[in-house]
Amino acid sequence: MQNNIAVRFENITKTFGSVKANNKISFDIRKGEILSLLGENGSGKTTLMNMLSGIYYPDEGEIFVDGKPVTITSPKDAFSCGIGMIHQHFKLIDVFSAAENIVLGLDEKGNYDRKKVAAKIKEICDRYGFNINPDRKVYDMTVSEKQTLEIVKVLYRGADILILDEPTAVLTPQETEKLFAVIRNMRDHGKSVVIITHKLHEVLSVSDRVAILRKGEYIGTVDTIDATEMTLTEMMVGKKIELDIERPEPENLREALSVRNLTCINDEGVKVLDSIEFSAYSGEILGIAGISGCGQKELLEAIAGLQKVYGGSIMFHPSDGKKSKELVGKTPRQIAKLGVSLSFVPEDRLGMGLVGSMGMTENMMLKSYNSGHSPFIATRKPKRLAEKIHDELEVVTPSLNTPVKKLSGGNVQKVLVGRELSCDPTVLMTAYAVRGLDINTSYAIYHLLNEQKKKGVAVIFVGEDLDVLLELSDRILVLCGGRVSGILDGRTTTKEEVGLLMTKLGGKVGADNE
Amino acid sequence: MSNKNTQKDPFVRIVRRSSMPIPLAWTIRGISMLLALLLSALLIYTITKLDPIEVYKSMFNGVFGNKMRSWNTFKDVAFLLCISVGLAPAFKMRFWNIGAEGQVLMGGIATAACMLYLAALPTPLLFLCMIASSLLAGALWALIPAAFKANFGTNETLFTLMMNYVAIQITSFLVSKWENPFGSNTVGIINSLTRAGWFPSVGGQKYGLNVIIVLVLTVFMFIYLKYTKQGYEIAVVGESVNTARYAGINVKKTMIRTMLISGAVCGLAGFVAVSGASHTISVDTAGGRGFTAIIVAWLSKFNTPMMILVSLLIVFLENGADRIATDFGLNEHASEIISAIILFFVLGSEFFINYKLVFRSKREEVTE
Repeated sequence: MQNNIAVRFENITKTFGSVKANNKISFDIRKGEILSLLGENGSGKTTLMNMLSGIYYPDEGEIFVDGKPVTITSPKDAFSCGIGMIHQHFKLIDVFSAAENIVLGLDEKGNYDRKKVAAKIKEICDRYGFNINPDRKVYDMTVSEKQTLEIVKVLYRGADILILDEPTAVLTPQETEKLFAVIRNMRDHGKSVVIITHKLHEVLSVSDRVAILRKGEYIGTVDTIDATEMTLTEMMVGKKIELDIERPEPENLREALSVRNLTCINDEGVKVLDSIEFSAYSGEILGIAGISGCGQKELLEAIAGLQKVYGGSIMFHPSDGKKSKELVGKTPRQIAKLGVSLSFVPEDRLGMGLVGSMGMTENMMLKSYNSGHSPFIATRKPKRLAEKIHDELEVVTPSLNTPVKKLSGGNVQKVLVGRELSCDPTVLMTAYAVRGLDINTSYAIYHLLNEQKKKGVAVIFVGEDLDVLLELSDRILVLCGGRVSGILDGRTTTKEEVGLLMTKLGGKVGADNE
Repeated sequence: MSNKNTQKDPFVRIVRRSSMPIPLAWTIRGISMLLALLLSALLIYTITKLDPIEVYKSMFNGVFGNKMRSWNTFKDVAFLLCISVGLAPAFKMRFWNIGAEGQVLMGGIATAACMLYLAALPTPLLFLCMIASSLLAGALWALIPAAFKANFGTNETLFTLMMNYVAIQITSFLVSKWENPFGSNTVGIINSLTRAGWFPSVGGQKYGLNVIIVLVLTVFMFIYLKYTKQGYEIAVVGESVNTARYAGINVKKTMIRTMLISGAVCGLAGFVAVSGASHTISVDTAGGRGFTAIIVAWLSKFNTPMMILVSLLIVFLENGADRIATDFGLNEHASEIISAIILFFVLGSEFFINYKLVFRSKREEVTE
């Protein structure tokens, strides 16, 4: 066996029910390299890495570490093979300090020696260029600090092979750069780093090699030097794809929604929205950027009548020149009764936008079931709508009555977006509309949003991928800590400018109270 | 490929099934029932040296042996089914109403009070009073925890459970107030001479009306939950309160309305039990059926027609167990073991319907 191979997969297969998540996958991870594991959602990246880190156990095939076959049935086994995984959702105890989280679960004999642990943490930090305070509690940390802590935790256990699952999803561009620097540092110290991702430009900027999966199959590994966004997409999707998002010039701009001085306070008494002011115009796409949890969800919910508003106003201006209407203090049903056609694709699709245990037909009537005076539900119209969405958006489902929670994420989103677009909205709000969707579906959704914009709908698009926000939006509103830190022109601004506003309020540091 | 044997694979792994055809699922349920009967037979033979076939025969005899026993069984099924149907809307809304026991008792008290104080009324009017008051009493008993949950977010499980004990205390107070004859500490058969407020016999069967009322109720509840707007609201609230709010459903209103219905139907079960069966009231009128109904509701996955089958099974097991206890002079607990084994297998079969086991040997066959 060659010496520079850290992990070798041989014919790994894993099935969930009838779905082959991984089918006979074989490839190597070398020592001292950064390998990107690229693939669309549902292509089996995370499943494969979960088998390496002991979360799942393969149905077939073998894993070799340092040339020896190993059986990994638990994360503990994985650590003893020198494998550590940093999950997308951090696995930290909030009320513990950094050091306590790091030693948690270790089987070391003797007492917990605070100084020794701190010294070892410091040594790791110095070597790779991290910066963490061992005594800081997790609940005081930012997302990026928590991620750093997860990485240190894995290194502390002596991992030589690190797996990072979508590490940049929650980071700002600046934090991402910092993370990449550390990752390069670790590579130079001989560690193998695997990054699970579907962001092409990150793949190109950080990795040495790229392994590509598609629908559970291993497609191939290429050296990053030889790759371009186009070739990678083609391998990932299986066909050529146009990666440009069109941005038609907005026409007939008319103020549709004006938000003034909007403030919301949550149950814990924290100001989740603080004096928000902006207008949304029909015929344009207003992008909303921000680190997750900066008030995006609350803002959309406040407009939809789902969030208790502490102060301020949300005025809706009808297109026919009738009197403007105040939306604050109204329930969703009252808003609908005012004749305000408001469509809302919430972030939590199955927890808010749809009923998971119901089929497509029953989900179609979620907002309209109450129309008419009969005490019985009418199923004919929703059924026709379901059929229409099923055909037009190519929803893959065994039947219109299959519970939507059994569908894949992309199909769930199509059902939700389809329903929300079907009622001819004046204002369309979407939160993370393409999260978890494959490239094809994502572009289909961008296209649908542009169509709405051309029809004169005021589109509010909360996004997490800055590249997409910059390409799609006419204007970008940046939220930071519940405040508007800036509204930028989508055509002229840069990623760095947006990134800076995401962390600082209009240039001033002010978001540290989170 | 030489060192395959050095690997220590897990011996058995549990894997979720994607789906199973319905006939196969029922075959598995049937097989598990047979296995349960076999295991019980073995147990019966090893412990008591009785002929298991005879024991099963007597079990069946005790439940369906003659017309009277059959109707007695139907009466018990009707009562249990009525409470389960009452729990269905609440459970569908994920409101864990375990206060059926108390709601039944309150309905029973209301019925008994009408029978005692309004016996002079003409029969139709008396029945109207009994039905209305039992519905109201049950609904009130459910409204209290529902209102607290809707307004203050209290835990409904604890609250409804506690309400049971309050109902029991009220019953026991009223029993001492209404006791007849004096000093017996029981209410005795109410209106035993006039039979005022007793169910009339239907088609010569004194429990005929019980069965009819409950079956009609079951059909209505099925339609209500599946085809009405309110039924749809219940399903949405049960799945996710946020989705319900998003859809413009008034969650508070739905919660309170649904619990009123749930409690009212349980109250009506009390009416059926008092007016249609025992003609008396005591702390045992509900007899733990309010809790058994929870099992029925869950086993039938809140599906009302399925509840008919499940309550029949449970009543069959319980009454059958009683029968063999008397027929063979067994300790009552011995026969309860049999029903426990059968229930255990029925529940266990659901595991095999939803999951499959993958053994180590199978995996090696595949890889080689």
